[in-house]
Amino acid sequence: MRGLLIDASLSWRLHPQVALRPEPFGALLYHFGTRRLSFLKNRTIVAVVESLADHPDVRSALSASGVDPGDEAPYLHALGVLAESDMLVPV
Amino acid sequence: MSAPARVPRLVEQFERGLDAPICLTWELTYACNLACLHCLSSSGKRDPRELSTRQCMDIIDELQRMQVFYVNIGGGEPTVRPDFWELVDYATAHQVGVKFSTNGVRITPDVAVRLAASDYVDVQISLDGATAEVNDSLRGAGSFEMAVRALENLRAAGFSDAKISVVVTRHNVAQLDDFAALAERYGATLRITRLRPSGRGADVWDELHPTAEQQRQLYDWLVANGERVLTGDSFFHLSGLGEPGALPGLNMCGAGRVVCLIDPVGDVYACPFAIHDRFLAGNVLSDSVDGAGGFENVWKHSALFTELRNPQSAGACGSCGHYDSCRGGCMAAKFFTGLPLDGPDPECVQGYGAPALAGPREVPRPRADHSRTVLLTLGQPPGKPPSKPCNESPI
Repeated sequence: MRGLLIDASLSWRLHPQVALRPEPFGALLYHFGTRRLSFLKNRTIVAVVESLADHPDVRSALSASGVDPGDEAPYLHALGVLAESDMLVPV
Repeated sequence: MSAPARVPRLVEQFERGLDAPICLTWELTYACNLACLHCLSSSGKRDPRELSTRQCMDIIDELQRMQVFYVNIGGGEPTVRPDFWELVDYATAHQVGVKFSTNGVRITPDVAVRLAASDYVDVQISLDGATAEVNDSLRGAGSFEMAVRALENLRAAGFSDAKISVVVTRHNVAQLDDFAALAERYGATLRITRLRPSGRGADVWDELHPTAEQQRQLYDWLVANGERVLTGDSFFHLSGLGEPGALPGLNMCGAGRVVCLIDPVGDVYACPFAIHDRFLAGNVLSDSVDGAGGFENVWKHSALFTELRNPQSAGACGSCGHYDSCRGGCMAAKFFTGLPLDGPDPECVQGYGAPALAGPREVPRPRADHSRTVLLTLGQPPGKPPSKPCNESPI
């Protein structure tokens, strides 16, 4: 999946119909509306996704989870994939 | 999605097991109005020990706590349970989505309207032939018409994206395009799965499983059409026919790792195709701890599931160059054809299954058989009326 381009200066959060289940490898996301399942493959991306709603923008959520500005690209890509499948919605 | 950092492949993670299943099948009853020749669970008559409404609700509460997002409900024919709709409503009210498999018997226009109103219920109609002739020879006279009527009712009610679920056999493998067209006509998604020699399937598998040539045909069809067809990951034994990754899906055996089955009496098995003592992990009632539900205990601590989550021996397949793609194939298919679990799948695409099947083997007897005594025979219309009242259709 290519994913949307996520602007790190904007605010996103989990879709209200999405549930997150922690797992040893990361987490499962399930969207009750689209009935799609996604996998978060490490703990950092789990922390980022879980904390999105607590931050004014994506960049501060990344930074709060210990992602340095130079390492943002793969996380922004992952968030873009989630946004494209409606797991994340803009605030 | 792609991984932001290097972590073990998802399949490797899954093989070690998850905190809760991703795909849980729950058979609510062994009662069924049909008597399909290949029934995985040898269904027909209700088992007197089947779980009560309250016990089923307790399981749903536990699934909600474990965040099992949805269950695949089957049977038997689950809709013949008098409390079926009550249980569906209870599950969806507790964040447990429901996908149920049915032969269509209870999908009336009214029920279809009700189903269309829910976001959390998905319906899967079983059909094993794209024509009445092919379907009814396996599922019984009138079953094609019943399934198509259900699909018509769903479409008329505005239910979107029902599933049409097909078990691929020697007789319908040539109809894959027809099934896809049928799905399109009803705004449905096609789901095709592998014929397993489980339950009554053991008795017809030799005659019904696709030939080697048909397996190739099926593989090519899946590679060409796989993105719009669901398979429940059931054809991973075919992976060796092409490049790794050509076949959509995870292509792994999820038994006891990401998948399991709860049967109508609360027994927990490693997968829906493995109703036998060898794959029995525990029971939701007898394995409860201090009054708490037993499912989580069985899932997390049973000896069988712990064993399945440890690295498996490749055995006789260890020296085969294709082991990494097929992983030795399906455990249940091997077991119920009497082949060793650490050897080739009976439908091994490298041809190692055929000599294994020709050699000495003992086919295990099913643990329980809920068949009514009057059964169909291949290619014949249903037989005489039932000899005993309990053999009567349950509805």
